[in-house]
Amino acid sequence: MKKSVMLGTLAASALLAGFASAGTLDDVKARGELICGSNTGLTGFGAPDANGNYQGFDVAICKALAAAVLGDANKVKYVPTTGETRFTALASGEVDLLVRNSTWTFSRDNDLKLDFVAVNYYDGQGFMVHKDLGVSSAKELDGATICIQTGTTTELNLADFFKSNNISYTPVTVADDSEAQRQYLAGACDAFTTDASGLAATRATLPDAENHIILPEIISKEPLGPVVRHGDSNWGDVVRWTYYALVAAEEKGITQANIEEVAASTNDPEVKRILGLEGDLGAMMGLDKEWGKRAIAASGNYGEIFAANIGEGTSIGLARGLNALYTQGGLQYAPPFR
Amino acid sequence: MPTKAAFVRKDMLAPQEPPVSERGAIKWARENLFSGPLNTFLTIVGVLAVFLIVKSALPWLLNGVWNANSMAECREIVAARHGEGATGACWAMVRERWHQYLFGFYPQELFWRPTMAFGLMFVALAPVLYFGNRTINMRMTAVAGVLTILALAGVSASFPQTIAGSEAGGLALLAAVIVFAGLTAVAWMAPRRLLILTLLYPAIGFYLLWGGSIWGPVGALAGFAILAVVYNLTKAQLGVVVATGAGVVVAAIWWLVVQSHVTGALHSILPLGTAHVDSDEFGGFLLAFVIGVTAIAASLPMGILLALGRRSDMPLIKALSVGFIEFIRGVPLITMLFTASLLLQYFLPPRSNFDLILRVIILVTFFSAAYIAEVIRGGLAALPRGQYEAADALGLDYWQAQRLIVMPQALKISIPGIVSSFIGLFKDTTLVALVGLHDPLQGVTKVVRAAIEWKGIYWEPYIFVGLIFFACCFSMSRYSMYLERKLKRDHR
Repeated sequence: MKKSVMLGTLAASALLAGFASAGTLDDVKARGELICGSNTGLTGFGAPDANGNYQGFDVAICKALAAAVLGDANKVKYVPTTGETRFTALASGEVDLLVRNSTWTFSRDNDLKLDFVAVNYYDGQGFMVHKDLGVSSAKELDGATICIQTGTTTELNLADFFKSNNISYTPVTVADDSEAQRQYLAGACDAFTTDASGLAATRATLPDAENHIILPEIISKEPLGPVVRHGDSNWGDVVRWTYYALVAAEEKGITQANIEEVAASTNDPEVKRILGLEGDLGAMMGLDKEWGKRAIAASGNYGEIFAANIGEGTSIGLARGLNALYTQGGLQYAPPFR
Repeated sequence: MPTKAAFVRKDMLAPQEPPVSERGAIKWARENLFSGPLNTFLTIVGVLAVFLIVKSALPWLLNGVWNANSMAECREIVAARHGEGATGACWAMVRERWHQYLFGFYPQELFWRPTMAFGLMFVALAPVLYFGNRTINMRMTAVAGVLTILALAGVSASFPQTIAGSEAGGLALLAAVIVFAGLTAVAWMAPRRLLILTLLYPAIGFYLLWGGSIWGPVGALAGFAILAVVYNLTKAQLGVVVATGAGVVVAAIWWLVVQSHVTGALHSILPLGTAHVDSDEFGGFLLAFVIGVTAIAASLPMGILLALGRRSDMPLIKALSVGFIEFIRGVPLITMLFTASLLLQYFLPPRSNFDLILRVIILVTFFSAAYIAEVIRGGLAALPRGQYEAADALGLDYWQAQRLIVMPQALKISIPGIVSSFIGLFKDTTLVALVGLHDPLQGVTKVVRAAIEWKGIYWEPYIFVGLIFFACCFSMSRYSMYLERKLKRDHR
């Protein structure tokens, strides 16, 4: 009797949890706040600043989404998640979405029952070495000691790369970026490997940055992007198209500064549809007409967000590379707004 | 025939100084450092090790830079002052970010609230730690008051945009002066009266830290009042245990069902309150203290009950206690934290916003209570059987015997174990970083390192946080030694 009551309660709560995740968009609207699973601290991508306000490339997506859905870019609660807790936090409904440098992989998409709705940063694993080592390609790293974080996909990529090139290496495992940097500077390892964006940020803060080079090889594909729960396609669409609005805005030259001007003067029908001047795209996914306009106005278009947080003008100094628009040789491509 | 001696010494020779090798520093060194080949060797190795450590660390510490805006600037300043290649600590990071280490992301204009709560905590602790000792109580209250007021002044001076200069800042300071002056007077006149503050402190501390409507904490306190009333009314008829149970049940009904309606109504009639602060804005040592102090305070009584339950003759109580203790002790703390942060969420109804910090506090308390229970059980086992029999012979009932005879002795024996459990618990609060909370050691440090200015800083945050932890843990350990000395009644 007791047992059946207990099981019944569990089933009921599971059912209720199911209902809740069936309508994240409604939940967010009812709550009046977007709960965004973010990083505990990653340079340029997402971290609280000295005043406790979250800033970064990933954070800007959360802001744009909050602006689109709730009309206020500040109505976001950032829940810091670690590498271990992030997917469970999303699956259990503690956060509405994850924008947290998570690589889109087959097993995460299928096995963990998550949906990667877009790719906001195409990253890849690279190597940094001391110039004095005289190495110009990762394939010359035979016999090198390499600093690498444990328990990450980078560790597996590294093993694959060296195996396929028939060369050997000695791993020096470290717990996090700062320890890796320390070991690398102390000479405990010849090379340091992690995502190229992380390498660039690390190199930028080295005391003698000019003496270190990042090797040209990128040995893995790391498409990073916002993640939502499986089975809530409406919410997934909202996140996806909010992101694409930012990309399309860059393509169409809509910026945070000129958005009002463009809205007043544009003759481009697609721009009109994005900004809600024509058609009713917002209503198709449960938002109002001006969602796109607000999303772009929150922190600017994709290019502006990139430039402000991690671009070449910042100390991190990442080039657009793969993340340029498709018109400029990159991979960022927004489907038509129609 | 008396012989005539040429010289007869009449007085004693003054004692000569011992030979050089048998006195002073040389003797001490010979005896303690170079008493044999092995010790000589170890001494030399030890001195060398100390020398090497000091040689590498001292310049780094002495070259420390306090005024800079980034690591790069620190390096430039060190290079300019001490030449190329010199290394130096970058304490400027601490200067820039100390408030995040202490308060996390607590709103800056409200920093006075945790500061005040921290100061009041010591006043509330004074009568518990030094019961009835007027001088120490008064001194502790006064010192806590002066330090809190200085800290308040310091905090408002560091954030001039927030409260300093404004009327609120002045009022807060004035209020703090009055509160602490009053408390010092109470400590002087009637030190035991301070216990009232101790009993109220959980509500006061909660209200200061989280804010919101004043009726929430008042309602929670009312629950305890209801518990006490029910207990007193039914004790005579039902006995201690059942009366307590009845009290808890009635109080639980109040807390879970009635309270929110009553406090809601009261709030709509008389909306008293201050700005609400969300738990996710807590971080740094504020978080460590909130978790540590709450868990310490709650786990001691819980541990005592569990220890008694484990030694109980009643099979159900014994089984429950043993099951609880062994289950919790058999699971690593990290597992408990993951359960708190992830698993519980699956079982709670959706949109029930059960605060993560609260979940963590509850599970950390359980964890600590299981260990405390075993420590106290050790103390209970160490009591000679005669003590229990003497209590029975005096005609004391179970609770009287425990309260008057058994527990005072058992707790005294367990003091070192209890305090080391507490010290361990306090340090374990840093593990909450694993569930994404901003603990001072890893959480805040990670945030600081994520800023491009401080990326790559390594030792400084650890040294800073380590020093504060050391100060806290060392004081706890000294207090336990004081308590052992004070309670020493035998001449072993």
